[in-house]
Amino acid sequence: MNLVRRRRLAVFGLTAPAYLWLALTILLPLSAMLFFSFLTQAPFGGRQAELTLGQYGAFLDKAFYRTLAWRSLELGFYVTLGCVAIGYPAALALAKYVKGRWREALFLLIVLPFWSNALVRTFSWTMVLRGDGLVDRMVQAVFPGAPSFGLLFTYPAIVVGLVHSFVPYMILTCYISLQAIDDSLIEAARSLGASAWAVFRRVVLPLSLPGLYAGVVLIFVPAIGSFMEPRILGGPAGIMLGTVIEDQFTVVFNWPLGAALSFILLAIVLAILALAYPLLRRNLQVA
Amino acid sequence: MRRGWAWAIKGYLAVVLGFLYLPIAVMMVMAFNQSSLYELPVRFDTVWFEALARNDRLLRASLNSVLLALANTVVATVLGTMAALAFARYRFRGRTLLQLLLFPPITIPWLIIGTSMLVLFFWIGIGRGLHAMLLGHVALSLPYVIVVVGARLKSFGPALEEAAATLGASPWQTFWRVSAPVMAPGVVAAALFAFAVSFDQFVISYFLAAPGVSTLPVEIYSAIRKGFTPEINAVSTIIILVSMGIMLLVARFYRFGGER
Repeated sequence: MNLVRRRRLAVFGLTAPAYLWLALTILLPLSAMLFFSFLTQAPFGGRQAELTLGQYGAFLDKAFYRTLAWRSLELGFYVTLGCVAIGYPAALALAKYVKGRWREALFLLIVLPFWSNALVRTFSWTMVLRGDGLVDRMVQAVFPGAPSFGLLFTYPAIVVGLVHSFVPYMILTCYISLQAIDDSLIEAARSLGASAWAVFRRVVLPLSLPGLYAGVVLIFVPAIGSFMEPRILGGPAGIMLGTVIEDQFTVVFNWPLGAALSFILLAIVLAILALAYPLLRRNLQVA
Repeated sequence: MRRGWAWAIKGYLAVVLGFLYLPIAVMMVMAFNQSSLYELPVRFDTVWFEALARNDRLLRASLNSVLLALANTVVATVLGTMAALAFARYRFRGRTLLQLLLFPPITIPWLIIGTSMLVLFFWIGIGRGLHAMLLGHVALSLPYVIVVVGARLKSFGPALEEAAATLGASPWQTFWRVSAPVMAPGVVAAALFAFAVSFDQFVISYFLAAPGVSTLPVEIYSAIRKGFTPEINAVSTIIILVSMGIMLLVARFYRFGGER
């Protein structure tokens, strides 16, 4: 009995500080924000706030906000697609065709930028994409006399910047499930007469789907909530749900509307996670 | 045919690496370019680094960033390691639920977490500033610390500790003489992770920054929005080198994803 109590005390003592911290910084803020999203105005400076559904009503009434949500989803779709197209083949090459120390070095080189500052990496694209920037100069060098063009402050610029930010995620998750595939399965399929394409489609691809799904979710979710990248690379073309939420909190100071829009974004995210949960459950076990 | 295939694969990986590193390289080169209009050819000069050394705003923000990252590292590593120990060594009710609760800080977009922290902290009087940022950064770092330390703890199992206990060591002795040395590499890696998470964190800091109290990424963001200055290239170059250096250190202690 004493032992049981001591164990219980140990577990509580070890986990409570971390989880109290998380409650104060994640759970309570989200609850506060949910509450704010039902207010007419922020209850600061003696102003009287009343409960209302108006903030959510604004989203339903005004086509502008629905268009925004749609634009963010569309952006997430293109970014995720770009990451799959670039990242999956890279992960496959790394897991199945590169061996030994080279693989280790390449793997490190790929995940390294992912852990460096996202803001700085986004900023660095402005120098590549702007008129007279690197891309423009390269085009000029290959086609002399071609009209000068800048991609900065266009929609493709946002997609390129976000793909650059997130593609290491895709390579990482796909690599983990690809390198877990037993090579003898592939050899068995080959020796039974399957073509390289058939081996890929019937053996490698299905077995690597968990990593692919994980990558898709881990990229799609932050991509639809992005605001810094659209702001820096998209300029006027970069108005997204994320940038409008940012504005509500930093420029317009309409916190209740910002809170409601955040919760709509959160609802979209949760819906995606709920859809993906059965697919992800087996892969995302921590500790 | 096979040779050609091998070259195609190498070429593809080279292109992907180029995509990842090219913009960073361009930025670094421009940081050393004398021209403020990014004119070519590059004329090597450290003028922007000198300008940086005189920029009080950015220097103060850098100091804030480093202090914040250090505080975050200590708090997140201690709290996270404690929780990881509980997960690794005890089976208890609610264990799975507690582990699932580590996902929200990672999976909910930072924009939502940041703005909701702003709402709560402003409302209940915690306010904005470095202390508020510390609250936020620790929350984001905890899941990483718990996962990284947990992976290390899992790799050696409780057998060593049980052996020490059977041989008459007290729980305290067992922890310091047996568990601590074995889990040290995981803890070091987790601490470096925590430092990097905080040092690179922009979104949470941005919403919790008070006028005059901000971090380096927040200052950089406002500088970018006001208009490009080559000083930003210089400071960005330093940041990239610092955070990549930290992650190379992490790689020494902790192997990313799967066996290699």
